[in-house]
Amino acid sequence: MTERFNDPNIQAPDRVGELSRTRFVGGVHDPAWQRDSCGVAAVARLDNAARHEVVSRGLIALDRLEHRGASGADETTGDGAGILLELCHDFFRFRAPEAGLRAAALPGPGELAVAVCFFPRERARSRELEVRLEQLVSEDGHKPISWREVPVEEAAAGKLGREAAPRILQLLIGRGDAVSDQDEFERRLFLTRRRAEIEFGYAASFPSFSSRTIVYKGMLTAPQLSEFYPDLTDLELRSRFAIVHSRFSTNTLPSWELAQPLRMIAHNGEINTALGNVNWMRAREATLSSPLLPGLEGLFPLIPEAASDSAAFDRALELLVLAGRTLPHSMMMMIPQAHEHRDDLPPELEGFYRYHSRMQEPWDGPAAMAFCDGRTLGAMVDRNGLRPGRWLITDDGWLAMGSEAGIFTVSESKVFRKGRFRPGQLVIADLDTGAVHADGEVELEEARRHPFGLWDSARTKHFNEIEAPAARLAEKLPAGQRRLAFGYTQEDLKILLMPLVEQAKEPTGSMGNDVSLAAFSEQEPSLFSYFKQRFAQVTNPAIDPVRETVVMSLTTRLGAKGRLLSLEQDDSFQIEIDDPILTNDDIDRLRNTDEPELAAVTIDATWPLSEGPEGMAAAVERICSEADEALADGATMLIISDHEIGPERVPIPSLLASAAVHQSMVRSGTRLQASLIVESGEPREIHHLAALLGFGATAINPYLMLETIEEMDEIVVGGERLTPEDAMRRAITGLCAGLQKVLSKMGISTIHSYRGAQTFEAVGVDRDVIETHFAGTPSRLGGIGIAGLAREAFARHARAWPELHGLALPEHVEEALLAADHATLLPQGGVYRWRRDGERHMWDPETIASLQRSVRDAESGQESYEEFSRRVNDENAGHSLLRGLLGLRTRPDGAISLTDVEPASEIVKRFSTGAMSLGALSKEAHETLAVAMNRIGGMSNSGEGGEDPNRNTPDPNGDQRRSRIRQVASGRFGVDIDYLARADQLQIKVAQGAKPGEGGQLPGHKVDAYIASLRHSTPGVELISPPPHHDIYSIEDLKQLIYDLRAANPTARVSVKLAAEAGVGTVAAGVVKAGADHIVIAGHDGGTGASPQSSIQQAGVPWELGLAEAQQALLDSELRSRVILQADGQMRTGRDVVIAALLGADEVGMSTAPLIATGCIMMRVCHLNTCPVGIASQDPELRRRFKGTPEQVVTYMIYVAEEARRLMAALGIGSFGELVGRTYLLDPTMNDTNWKTTALDLRPLLAVPPVADGRPKGFVKSVRHSDSKISFDHRLLVKAYRAHPGTPGPDNPVKIRSAVANSDLAVGGSLSNAIVTDHGPEGLPEDAIQISLRGSAGQSCGAWLASGISMSVEGDVNDYAGKGLSGGVLAVYPAGDSHFAAADNVIAGNVTLYGATRGRAFFSGCVGERFAVRNSGALAVVEGVGEHACEYMTGGCVVVIGPTGQNFGAGMSGGVAFVHNPDGKLAARTNHQLVDLDPVNPEREPALHELLTEHLRRTGSEVARELLDRWADAIEEFTLVIPRGYKEAMARFAAEQADAGAEAEAAA
Amino acid sequence: MADPKGFLKVHRVPSPERDPDERVSDYKEIYLTLPEDELKEQASRCMDCGVPFCNDACPLGNLIPDWNDLARTGDWRGAIDQLHATNNFPEFTGLICPAPCESACVLAIDDDPVMIKQIEYWTIDNAFREGWVTPNPPDHRTGRTIAVVGSGPAGLAAADELNQVGHKVIVFERDEGLGGLLRFGVPDAKLEKWIIERRTDVLAAEGIEFRYNVEVGVEISIEDLRRDYDAVVLAIGSRVERDVEIPGRNLDGVHFAMEYLYQRNRAVARSEGREGREVAAEDVITAKDKNVIVVGGGDTGMDCVSNAMREGAKQVRLLDVYPPVPEGGRYDFTPWPTQPRRLQTTYALEEGGHREFAREVIGLEGEHGHVAGALVREVTGNSSSTLVPVPDSEYTEPAELVLVAIGFTNPEHDGLVSDLGLDLDRSGNVKAPTFRTSADGFYAAGDVRVGASLVVTAIAEGRRCARIVDHALRASVAA
Repeated sequence: MTERFNDPNIQAPDRVGELSRTRFVGGVHDPAWQRDSCGVAAVARLDNAARHEVVSRGLIALDRLEHRGASGADETTGDGAGILLELCHDFFRFRAPEAGLRAAALPGPGELAVAVCFFPRERARSRELEVRLEQLVSEDGHKPISWREVPVEEAAAGKLGREAAPRILQLLIGRGDAVSDQDEFERRLFLTRRRAEIEFGYAASFPSFSSRTIVYKGMLTAPQLSEFYPDLTDLELRSRFAIVHSRFSTNTLPSWELAQPLRMIAHNGEINTALGNVNWMRAREATLSSPLLPGLEGLFPLIPEAASDSAAFDRALELLVLAGRTLPHSMMMMIPQAHEHRDDLPPELEGFYRYHSRMQEPWDGPAAMAFCDGRTLGAMVDRNGLRPGRWLITDDGWLAMGSEAGIFTVSESKVFRKGRFRPGQLVIADLDTGAVHADGEVELEEARRHPFGLWDSARTKHFNEIEAPAARLAEKLPAGQRRLAFGYTQEDLKILLMPLVEQAKEPTGSMGNDVSLAAFSEQEPSLFSYFKQRFAQVTNPAIDPVRETVVMSLTTRLGAKGRLLSLEQDDSFQIEIDDPILTNDDIDRLRNTDEPELAAVTIDATWPLSEGPEGMAAAVERICSEADEALADGATMLIISDHEIGPERVPIPSLLASAAVHQSMVRSGTRLQASLIVESGEPREIHHLAALLGFGATAINPYLMLETIEEMDEIVVGGERLTPEDAMRRAITGLCAGLQKVLSKMGISTIHSYRGAQTFEAVGVDRDVIETHFAGTPSRLGGIGIAGLAREAFARHARAWPELHGLALPEHVEEALLAADHATLLPQGGVYRWRRDGERHMWDPETIASLQRSVRDAESGQESYEEFSRRVNDENAGHSLLRGLLGLRTRPDGAISLTDVEPASEIVKRFSTGAMSLGALSKEAHETLAVAMNRIGGMSNSGEGGEDPNRNTPDPNGDQRRSRIRQVASGRFGVDIDYLARADQLQIKVAQGAKPGEGGQLPGHKVDAYIASLRHSTPGVELISPPPHHDIYSIEDLKQLIYDLRAANPTARVSVKLAAEAGVGTVAAGVVKAGADHIVIAGHDGGTGASPQSSIQQAGVPWELGLAEAQQALLDSELRSRVILQADGQMRTGRDVVIAALLGADEVGMSTAPLIATGCIMMRVCHLNTCPVGIASQDPELRRRFKGTPEQVVTYMIYVAEEARRLMAALGIGSFGELVGRTYLLDPTMNDTNWKTTALDLRPLLAVPPVADGRPKGFVKSVRHSDSKISFDHRLLVKAYRAHPGTPGPDNPVKIRSAVANSDLAVGGSLSNAIVTDHGPEGLPEDAIQISLRGSAGQSCGAWLASGISMSVEGDVNDYAGKGLSGGVLAVYPAGDSHFAAADNVIAGNVTLYGATRGRAFFSGCVGERFAVRNSGALAVVEGVGEHACEYMTGGCVVVIGPTGQNFGAGMSGGVAFVHNPDGKLAARTNHQLVDLDPVNPEREPALHELLTEHLRRTGSEVARELLDRWADAIEEFTLVIPRGYKEAMARFAAEQADAGAEAEAAA
Repeated sequence: MADPKGFLKVHRVPSPERDPDERVSDYKEIYLTLPEDELKEQASRCMDCGVPFCNDACPLGNLIPDWNDLARTGDWRGAIDQLHATNNFPEFTGLICPAPCESACVLAIDDDPVMIKQIEYWTIDNAFREGWVTPNPPDHRTGRTIAVVGSGPAGLAAADELNQVGHKVIVFERDEGLGGLLRFGVPDAKLEKWIIERRTDVLAAEGIEFRYNVEVGVEISIEDLRRDYDAVVLAIGSRVERDVEIPGRNLDGVHFAMEYLYQRNRAVARSEGREGREVAAEDVITAKDKNVIVVGGGDTGMDCVSNAMREGAKQVRLLDVYPPVPEGGRYDFTPWPTQPRRLQTTYALEEGGHREFAREVIGLEGEHGHVAGALVREVTGNSSSTLVPVPDSEYTEPAELVLVAIGFTNPEHDGLVSDLGLDLDRSGNVKAPTFRTSADGFYAAGDVRVGASLVVTAIAEGRRCARIVDHALRASVAA
């Protein structure tokens, strides 16, 4: 589920099924921003016989999913659980007497419906609703029969669950006489239910309302469900299927209604595009009609406000089905497969998807869905396979599907077939016939129902086919003048556009964004910069648009949209274009085309100078009404154009113009009649394009940017000067890649779904502007209004035509003008590089110099620090930062003596340095920080790059070079059991402030031998970190990773690093529920070693917002005292630290400032390896220039702490801990820095939820979930190991045999910890500990397995098996009595061997997606892999003796894979960006043979036996997959060795 | 984008000068330029810093990384545009600016800074050669008229800026030529005077009117100014020199440096057939065949040495009260990027002058009312407040000419300043925090406002003052 954004000042009415406690309003956290994730399963009989056993098997599956669910502060109350069943007619017959009926009075099967009602518990109110519902039912021609109060065992629910519980009733309804069949009955029931929903509003909800299905659900844990509802254990309750769902919610507001299953689906995942999808549904309403659903138009909105993403999906799906499409057909429309960049789809299917894209955008995001309409049961996962799913069919007629294997107990000997869900593919069971289809048959059948492909192509033209006279609008004004007027700066040209053309991709930068927020800037920032990109963290994964481009699509359609509910051939005429960026020729062709069915109308988005700034608001209204008129006249393309800009006409900010028209069209239901094309001179960055699209534009012609690029005739690429066409083509390529990046960081894969999804947050925009033109976008502090925006637009115009504006220009504008008059120069900008007359930066020459002075000269140090701190604090207040606007309420009467404040030595223990990897930093700089922080009792952070085990040993002088915090990031570089076991804190980096939602890249030139050794990689070969953790696609996955890390190190704190964005508080609450001890909230201004410029500048928000939100969310959910909260992001002075504490931080992190203390001068070339002060470089010559010392860092930290002490004394607070969360000591009314900051309302930052009154506002103590102590490892493995006499070894092995179940998680992890703790990183000799397990092992089986452990599993394993394998051996094979072919059997889930560093693994069967992702040293054999196998691999060896999925070897920069490839299909499935496919040369043959021999020995694999038996032939059928860079590095290495050998010989 | 590795590949080379033995016998420019290719290579050392301290250290905020990058690629046209964007007269600063930018260069932390000044000079010199610096009068005139008093770098910069935005500008100069100290203080060896004319010719062609030999306040009254002009910019410098208070100061042969330098510059001008006022024979100051002592180790002192050597002095001693600056020019209390006290190993000493450090002149001895020797003692300490005499270190030096070059105290108060009754600040400079003086319509820019400073500061003053004046005039249009 996802969030929704409400005006925080509006109190929501009481909802049925929610606690009536005061809802927290007025803060920056909105409790309604919930996210959740869950386990889902379905069980069915395939013999068309309803049984109670289906219900009970479903409930068992639900129990087994419980570890995926969560509970909140009240540990007894679950986030939600439920079951969807067939409506059992016999049950109601049997229970009729309860309802005061004779069984005979009930209508027959198919003619009885049951409306399940959640009504208020207040009897009188409930009674009113009952009466009214009966009336409605009667009015609609049904027969209300009788009410049944559903028996419940209240005591079974948790405390909060009980308090919030609704009255649960069932209304039995008979089919009306006029209703012809059950389908029509269902449709009419839907219409009745909608009527009731609209009329009753929040007072009631209807979990189900059907003659086919029924739902039991509630705010319960999985085991509570069946106790709470005795019906469920009633043997009379029978069903052919059951869908169950267990919820893990981040939300803090208990809710019965939001429990799942909903009426048709159960969903695990998150629809990232939900806001857009819901808006589009609303926009579509005017055209929604179906002969099957009379009166539908009276029932809008079909998706009520405040529906969760899953609920919205459920309703949209329901509509498609009721309007006459089959359930599979409807699901295929909602979640289409990726179909554009692949050639393996049948043409009919591609035609189907193309055709349906005419009418609906995909609902995009991670999803595992189980769905049923009572007749067809199905399940699927999203197009990118981001949620797991397994299924099995037994010989005796059972079908089980679910989030993991092991939910359905069956002897392997009875298994008929096992499988996993493939991205975007349906598994469908026809409950009447018992047929199950899992191989694409159903899709094909649906696709063949009509000639969809022909239907589409008949009414679609590709853009290239459009004929038009080549008439370009004449440019009246020189480009230079227009650039001035649109606010271009020299940096736009030099830093953004030129590299864009040169590299055909977005330029990279480094260090953090330290310029003023747009809300502070007096340099008239464009409207775009007030909107910050949002990104996926924890609850959904980002996508890698480079390595997984197969799922991405920018294809855009122009023209009217098709009618969603129409079953006839759609007759709208559409133009397909490959991407949404229109060149200047393109737009002219569109405008001038003779194509009879294209009607483009241009709307002028400028206003007369003579009207002054006041004219803009009216102009915005004018363009909206002109759009209406154009639509009334039949326009199918509206071009919102600022082409009329000139001395007398001022452009409306293009984002405002297009968003205003989009929203107005959505409101009037006309949005689907036409495309919205923005023709503007303003957009010139990827972020600008993304914002326009995200707020509804269909396509964009950024004409001035393109003209500017055409003028760049000096650029030479590959020795040739670019032609204007080449330059343009390269720029568009780069822009498209950048757009994909923006989409993917939100986890969205198609521009079709991104459009209008509004995945932005405004900082500093007035709420009225938002409400009118950007409705639904969070803007938590208010800010600039329409008049202010007009004023800024006006001032930009004045840069080009100052004389027309007369007087009193701001000084920097004059400055630019004077410069421009001399040489038609643009203003400098100064955003990416500091310039004296440019944008203000937090780090400027004065602050850098004064800080460095303060730590270098002891005598004048204090004075210099004070100068530094004064400058910083004044600058913060004046121009840059939210914290600068917050006053401290020091109390002259309440001040205490400085001696009564805790000493600096205590305060510095709360400081840590940020995660900067050795690799980004030089060894010298990295160790300097570590030594300094260890000296003062703070912590330094390893960053994502492993750590030299030598650093665990203290230096002779007692200094420790060890990083106490060890980071676990998506690349898992160097993350092995020893690394984990030696940490004091394990930090899971979910997001980095500078580039949230993105991965990283360490260029080859920074990977020297030392760094390569720490990261288990090859020197000189670039290293790629994926955007997501491939083992965290959801909150329950994070819970699992935390569990795994606890297994690896039971004493370390587990920390989760999040980046600030709207909703981070909600995520933080979920993270605490997932078991973390520590949360870092990073601001958007955090540093980076290398990131795309738009990410550094435009993603995320300041930590003040994120921290305040997390604090409020955690207080509101009563979870605050369990977690240490740390804030980080350009923290520099004691005042910064104190404000962070007052806003809720127990600790603070600092990165840039300590680096500056050691000599960093903000070169911003970290990514180039040329740092002239030797900090961020691996070049030995430059590293020699490093002059930093631990003393400098210590001195700085002490200065900061002393400044904090002085402030604490003035505030009258004696200890840092007492500061935490005391927001009343902050004054929000000091925001009068300039006309813009005055408009900000800072009070929401300081709000405190009422429930927090009198409770601790900071960390008190961790509440560790006890489950790891009773884990499988502790019960059995560690115990046996400890009890074993002597040191285990091959001659003295520990042998353990045991059964295992899917609830046994991270088996082997704690044992591995015990081994490296006792024996060091090298562990024990091979086979010292031999573990034989039987059953379905839970997730992360064999995680971090240390050297010396050999573990075998007879049965199967779930996701993440062998994660971080650290030298042990894992073998998984089917039970001896199974009779299915092992090679066809799915034996392990997704993301197996993720981040493995050493050891061996053998899988006798197929595995899911992303096998051996980021493997850096393990050897593995497997008999079939899903998509994206060996992605990002940097070392080790993978042998695949079976089928491979798509995108094999993407981003693989090291190691090798041998693939048995007899049919040669591998080439088409390989991502060739980095790897070559070679024959296996004789040198490598022995290694392959040896691995297969061991595979046979350890698993008994038939496939291996067959291959080895005919080895001479078989070897010819293998293909070697080897990264090109790796091959070269190996060759270089070999040559060096040879040289060295020759030299040695010569010397001898 | 700059070459991120340029600084690792290319090392700084010394900036070329003419051979001291040759140049000491003429009055021609002593600086040479590097070949274009070598300069481009030097420009590639610029790292395009994220925080360019050079840009901050330059009073003009010269866009150094930007034009270095253009110079690197040989885009000299683009480079001069960037240079002119912030600097009206790069040919002056390119020759005589002490280049605080180079001290602040990030490479100067532990390497040699980029040759910013040489690149600057080449850029503008080349632009003149290429004919890119041509008169570019404004498109429209505002109808406003502004008087600028004084034609030093501050006055010229203010005049240029105000003219460019369309005001009519008249510059009054009391001497016979433009440039103020650039012309009469700085020797031709550092700045040949045709370089000034090359620029002022362009300014004149753009519409600025220059009136020479006019003493404002005498020949043109304050009432005239108020009546005829919409605004008046005072850029009259800070010309009252700091004196030594020692016995014998009144002897003949003891002069302020500027007296000497003015005479010398005029004499050189006359020798080259240019205009130069003469003084009565008895007032001529000459170093020829004399023992010369220059008191003060700054630029002015050096210029005195240079002139004296060229005149044929017997010997020239320069007495610097401070000890030698440490290697690299940095004391601990001036770490990078603060401006170091610079070691003045300037051109003049290479030409035969002799400098002694840590020497204080405490008295002058005379014969027949004319100076004959100086009483000198050793001192220690590196700031004026910490100077301590070394006991028993006194000695006498022969001296027939003593030139006092220890700086300036304040603008001339007699005349305009007192007639206008302008408020002064504590240092005696005209008080004009926002360039507005206490007299309505009168503005001050340059040394008169901030005290004696660098040419680069003066230009920056003129530019900023012009902006304020323009601002005020535009506002008054609207009113």
